[in-house]
Amino acid sequence: MAEVIVPVGPQHPALKEPVNFKVVADGETIVRLELDVSYNHRGIEKAAESRDFVRVVPLLERVCGICSHSHTTVFTKGIEEAMKLTIPPRAQYIRTIVAELERMHSHLLWLGVAAHEVGFNTLFMWTWRDREAVQDMLEEMTGNRVNYGTNEVGGVRRDLTPEQIQAALKRLPKLEERLAKYAEMVNAEETMLLRFKGVGHLTKEQALQLGAVGPTARASGVDYDIRRDDPYIAYADIPWKVITDTHGDVYGRTLVRVGELQQSLEMIRYCLQNLPAGPIRTAPPRAAPRAEILTRYEAPRGELVHFIRTNNTDKVERLDIRTPTLANWTSVAVSLVNQNLADIPVIVAAIDPCLSCTSRITVVNPKGRHVGEMTWDELSEHGREFYRRRGRR
Amino acid sequence: MDPILLAVYILVFPGFVFLLGYAFLFEFLDRKIYARMQNRVGPPLVQPFADFVKMLGKEVIDPKGVDRRAFDVAPILALAAVMTAFLYVPVVASSPLAFQGDLVVVLYLMTIPTIVLFLLGWLSRNVYATIGGVRAVTQMFIYEVPFYLAMLAPALMAGAAGGWSVSGIVAWQQHNLWFAVYQPIGLVVAIIGLQAKLERTPFDIPEAETEIVAGPTTELTGRRLALMKLTTDVSLVVGSALVAALFLGGPLLPWTFSPNWLGWTVGFVVFLAKTLAVLLVLSSIKAATGRIRIDQLNDIGWKYLASAAVLQVFLALLMNYYLVGANA
Repeated sequence: MAEVIVPVGPQHPALKEPVNFKVVADGETIVRLELDVSYNHRGIEKAAESRDFVRVVPLLERVCGICSHSHTTVFTKGIEEAMKLTIPPRAQYIRTIVAELERMHSHLLWLGVAAHEVGFNTLFMWTWRDREAVQDMLEEMTGNRVNYGTNEVGGVRRDLTPEQIQAALKRLPKLEERLAKYAEMVNAEETMLLRFKGVGHLTKEQALQLGAVGPTARASGVDYDIRRDDPYIAYADIPWKVITDTHGDVYGRTLVRVGELQQSLEMIRYCLQNLPAGPIRTAPPRAAPRAEILTRYEAPRGELVHFIRTNNTDKVERLDIRTPTLANWTSVAVSLVNQNLADIPVIVAAIDPCLSCTSRITVVNPKGRHVGEMTWDELSEHGREFYRRRGRR
Repeated sequence: MDPILLAVYILVFPGFVFLLGYAFLFEFLDRKIYARMQNRVGPPLVQPFADFVKMLGKEVIDPKGVDRRAFDVAPILALAAVMTAFLYVPVVASSPLAFQGDLVVVLYLMTIPTIVLFLLGWLSRNVYATIGGVRAVTQMFIYEVPFYLAMLAPALMAGAAGGWSVSGIVAWQQHNLWFAVYQPIGLVVAIIGLQAKLERTPFDIPEAETEIVAGPTTELTGRRLALMKLTTDVSLVVGSALVAALFLGGPLLPWTFSPNWLGWTVGFVVFLAKTLAVLLVLSSIKAATGRIRIDQLNDIGWKYLASAAVLQVFLALLMNYYLVGANA
């Protein structure tokens, strides 16, 4: 076969996300690819500027359907830093419990998706079944399965009762047993090893050069985890270790994530057993002083960065969100070249892409069939126009 | 055989009507076993039939620039081929249509759906379908040689008594042991080859959902898709029945039963049991594996499967010479 262009996405069974690859393939081998991630720009950063600190948190919770807690935690901790608040330890522990539960449900979801991408649907069904236990725990603790609504500036909104803690602790042994099973399967399932080993390879140098983050970087031997390197909430008090691996391929990324699942479970158990007593929130001031804060967080997919500028009001002047998927995209484009066409889904899935949080704007003029970018000034002008029109209505 | 009885045999039982019903039952059981292994509930009994009827009623969409007539005929050709193949496979007793060498015809007829898939992929003018079609043919070149060798080894061993006919080979096994005992390697190769032929996990490479959407069937809609799905189900029945006939002794037991109807009933029950056992093995493989890549299948197919099949043929010839030489 000659070179053909295989379009993948934005509607494709492998990637149920708004992204488009134009894969140029020579037979079954990938020659190069073009990437377009701008399908679903929602203007959240702009919208965040118009809401005060109470109302902006629920908005940021909806940046991502999976790392919802990550975005609120990284934001509230940034604002708390600007306000120079001391958060009660009980609140920090509850934030940690929810954060690690979120990591568990995200990684279990990922493991299922990765198995599904290589056609191993049995593992997909099993991990998603066990993920239900994690989601049930989240629901019992916070009232919701996805957008937990736990954080607010100054602490958390809901306390944990002793009954809830007991119920959560009771679920852990079963989950631990299943995780041990998956750790064993990852090393023993022949078809998975065939499809994961040596696929989508990324060296340590490439990972550093391309700025890969999270499990993608850690699987290439980059020993970097914000939870340890820039500890926040309760991570400094909890015994745990950073999981790294040197394989650098999809197999390595699987090992890292399965290892992190087991670490998360231990962290949750420790936090539940050693939950400090005391209040769960402090009353924050209404406005934040003028400050520029760069706040970092280890989301399930990697380092999440919020840049916050405050200006003595109760709103942010500027919020810039750098999601881990955006940092990892370039590594995908590199690791796909010279791989097999059949490996696209699993290599792309291996960074655990989360695209709606990543989308940046593209302007399409349907009449002139023109596709282009917007400069920052144009975008802000467009934003002002848009909200002005909306305000008038 | 009485022409009316023959017509009943071909059209009703154990011919087409039974075959279609059994094909739907097979799809149901396959999906149910698969679902239960994944801790899911699985479909209700009539779901495959309901799917079929629903799809028959759906709109048929002709993609731009596609030869409409060829697109209509291809699925019918595939279905006709596998349904014809079933007539030569013994269900209650030896097939009345059997003739010398019908095993070769059955194997050829079972290849036609794969060729049709390639044709559909090529006709579709869709990049996913084209890649799927090319993969289907590539895969065929890999599994076909070991599969044929494994399927023909029983014929070699049954020799002139078997007459290279499925019914003849079944009759030979009535007086001797099953070929599963003589040719265990062949049975394993045949089951793996069958899984590859039916494009089931780990060999669902041509229709890999997460890679190329639905492969060759991407552009099929309505009755075309319904017929292609039915072809897959019927192929599953024919393949399982063929493995049951060649390696597990088919519907016959070592004993004969005095009234004919009793023999046929027992034969039918034995046929059901054996084909379902083969299906259970196929479904378990499907549930326990992920999909391998076409280059990996190439390695596995030519290095291991083909060698194993050749070894089995060699062993069959040796056994012919030393063990069965006298009665052949």
